[in-house]
Amino acid sequence: MTTALILVLVALGSVLFHVLSPWWWTPIASNWGYIDNTINLTFWITGVVFTAVILFMAYCVFRFRHQPGRRAAYDPENKKLEWWLTIVTAVGVGAMLAPGLFVWNQFVTVPDDATEVEVIGQQWLWSFRLPGQDGKLGTSDTRNVSSNNPLGLNPNDPVVHDDVVIEADDLHLPLGKPVKLLLRSIDVVHSFYVPEFRAKMDMVPGMVTYVWFIPTRIGTFEMLCTELCGAAHYNMRAKVVVDEESEYQAWLRKQKTFAQLSARTRQAKGTQ
Amino acid sequence: MGKSEGIPMVDVTIGAGGAVQPAEVKDVELYHPKSWVTKYVFCQDAKVIAIQYSITALSIGLVALVLSWLIRLQLAFPSSFSAIGPGEYLQFITMHGMIMVIYLLTALFLGGFGNYLIPLMVGSRDMVFPYVNMVSYWVYLLAVLVLVASFFTPGGPTGAGWTLYPPQAVLSGTPGREWGIILMLASLILFIIGFTMGGLNYVVTVLQARTRGMTLMRLPLTVWGIFMATVLALLAFPALFVGSVMMLFDRVLGTSFFMPAIFELGQHLKYRGGSPLLFQHLFWFFGHPEVYIVALPAFGIVSDLISTHARKNIFGYRMMVWALVSIGALSFVVWAHHMYVSGMNPYFGFFFAATTLIIAIPTAIKVYNWVLTLWHGDIHLTVPMLFALSFIVTFVNGGLTGLFLGNPVVDVPLSDTMFVVAHFHMVMGMAPIFVIFGAIYHWYPKVTGRMLNETLGQFHFWVSFLGAYAIYFPMHYIGLLGVPRRYFEMGDLAFIPQSATTLNIFITVAALIVGFAQMVFLFNLIWSLFKGKPAGSNPWRATTLEWQTPETPPGHGNWGKELPVVYRWAYEYSVPGAKEDFVPQNQPPAPRAA
Repeated sequence: MTTALILVLVALGSVLFHVLSPWWWTPIASNWGYIDNTINLTFWITGVVFTAVILFMAYCVFRFRHQPGRRAAYDPENKKLEWWLTIVTAVGVGAMLAPGLFVWNQFVTVPDDATEVEVIGQQWLWSFRLPGQDGKLGTSDTRNVSSNNPLGLNPNDPVVHDDVVIEADDLHLPLGKPVKLLLRSIDVVHSFYVPEFRAKMDMVPGMVTYVWFIPTRIGTFEMLCTELCGAAHYNMRAKVVVDEESEYQAWLRKQKTFAQLSARTRQAKGTQ
Repeated sequence: MGKSEGIPMVDVTIGAGGAVQPAEVKDVELYHPKSWVTKYVFCQDAKVIAIQYSITALSIGLVALVLSWLIRLQLAFPSSFSAIGPGEYLQFITMHGMIMVIYLLTALFLGGFGNYLIPLMVGSRDMVFPYVNMVSYWVYLLAVLVLVASFFTPGGPTGAGWTLYPPQAVLSGTPGREWGIILMLASLILFIIGFTMGGLNYVVTVLQARTRGMTLMRLPLTVWGIFMATVLALLAFPALFVGSVMMLFDRVLGTSFFMPAIFELGQHLKYRGGSPLLFQHLFWFFGHPEVYIVALPAFGIVSDLISTHARKNIFGYRMMVWALVSIGALSFVVWAHHMYVSGMNPYFGFFFAATTLIIAIPTAIKVYNWVLTLWHGDIHLTVPMLFALSFIVTFVNGGLTGLFLGNPVVDVPLSDTMFVVAHFHMVMGMAPIFVIFGAIYHWYPKVTGRMLNETLGQFHFWVSFLGAYAIYFPMHYIGLLGVPRRYFEMGDLAFIPQSATTLNIFITVAALIVGFAQMVFLFNLIWSLFKGKPAGSNPWRATTLEWQTPETPPGHGNWGKELPVVYRWAYEYSVPGAKEDFVPQNQPPAPRAA
């Protein structure tokens, strides 16, 4: 009796906690509202199944509890019931999988008009690179990294010189424009994550990964590392600022290109 | 459902060959111990080896329990403990995870329950290779000691996370770079060697040493679960083995299996051209079957607990067996669902999402069959039964959140957050551990001849079940918020409300209380050994062979002079017309009435 009651309370308590929880995802700031919808759909389907199974179990525990003289039924199999349950489960699973794969297809297919922005991770800070006037990012390699060239850009690549390099500062993105982040690391595996963008992708040394989204809300968002990258993993942070186009351009004009930064270091060396 | 008329009084799986077929292997002569050392220390008797495995696993598990308290204290009260820095925190989570998954759960289910139950349940005198079985335990013990040694080396144990992802696992930004990672990899290699010796034993014993009449489709589901898990482990552990050897070479010899060109802490390292993703594939090719290596024995055992204590045959036995087999097979083609955001080709996501959600179907069938076994049962709410019920609650909960993470788009915001931590603790932490507890309450009387104390057991159950649920259910919502896992502290992140800290304190208090309940359990284990109520040979009135031994605890060779002969399946509970509400597997059919 008590056991059945507690099982009911566990099921209903879980539902109640879910409804009343003040802990919920952050207000979305990208085009991935579909992801939130799929999560909601999954919550509905799984919530119904969870409650149904636990309540059924609670009913059995109450109704068929041992009492003097009680004897269980003997029914080894029931083909029809087993098949029905299998089919219903398969349909429910399909209902979650199909929209999920539909959205996944969008998630991995980058629109042609997306601007490329490079994000570089290293223990334990973030750097960024934006294409210059030519709209192209030059090549890079970890083997080129030095104190003058912390991102390992290829100085022999003519395309590189007008690339805008941002170190130890915030990244700005224009509102409402699709952006493809090219992700790179020069030491260990990191992971790019901005909760409000619902976007996440690991940054693996030796390769370039990507993720894309459209910022849809003006504001400042925190960028976190979500792949364990050593002792200061928890503290590897940066900020992304989403601006109106005009403010974004104003910010962009203030940034230094690779050529300017290299010239500055050369100068600094020269005066020593 | 319901009506049971018309069902013949024979088992559903009887073959054309009649009730009893000849045994595959003739009775064998065992090694007989001559001294105290060969009887209790370097012992070849599977029952003693099982107890050695279990005590070692539970002891190292206590270390993991203490580490979990330290983890929780840090999360609830960040920067209150000067002894816990970011490095120590990572060492705690790494060792906690690795100990729980490998050295406790895998070792206890297969080395502990496997060794004790397989020979008794299939009706053999011992494992088929007793000497190798003994060596298996001692290699396992060595693996545990090497792991423990890493706590005492300069730099301490590794803090690479239990997934040990390179390059960070072998670089100096991660604690334990000096010795910790080397000892961890060495310990894993030893564990796998030891396991392989034991694992071959379990598989061959199940296939070759079953007694007369014990067909595969008459095996109790416990044996099926442990058998399938062992097959998975024998196929999956080699991937971890080679991964460990390769990483050890990267660390010690400077090879570049997993190491690309790296610029770390101001200098270029000598590595070139390796692939960090290769390790992740090897790791998860092992790591996902590992989930089922822990889950399948739990599935099997819980089926028998429910059936015995509800006095009812397990519902849909054949479906249960095929579900175990198909889950086992499918578990080898889902591994990359751990890697949706790893940077692997994103189009793999379609394949792995499909296989992952397909595996939910046989898993759901198992859940239905457990609860349908309760339907029209005669449910005795004994401690093993209570733990079985709590398994269903936590397993269903954790299994359903798996449907979130198995769906690539849903996984994107949730992966590597506390949601994942809550999910896997529910589904492969709490659920299997509740089965372990239930199984200990269930079989302790056979192992020791005494019952565990019922009142202490009830206390242990209610605190553990409700406490664990209070820990892990709310934790999902911290992850939903976006809090990453493996964070030493949340810091001043703007999107995290103050109330999340309150919730963390609540979870920590619950964790400490649940931890305390385990001390009561340990006390019960020791106290009942001396003061427990004598159990008799079959206190639960169960059908399976281990309860029909001539002696309790079973003697050397298990069966006295004659091996048992099996006439029926393992689930003849409450058979209409039978006098008792259970018919032991070795009870011959009654002569037909005129």
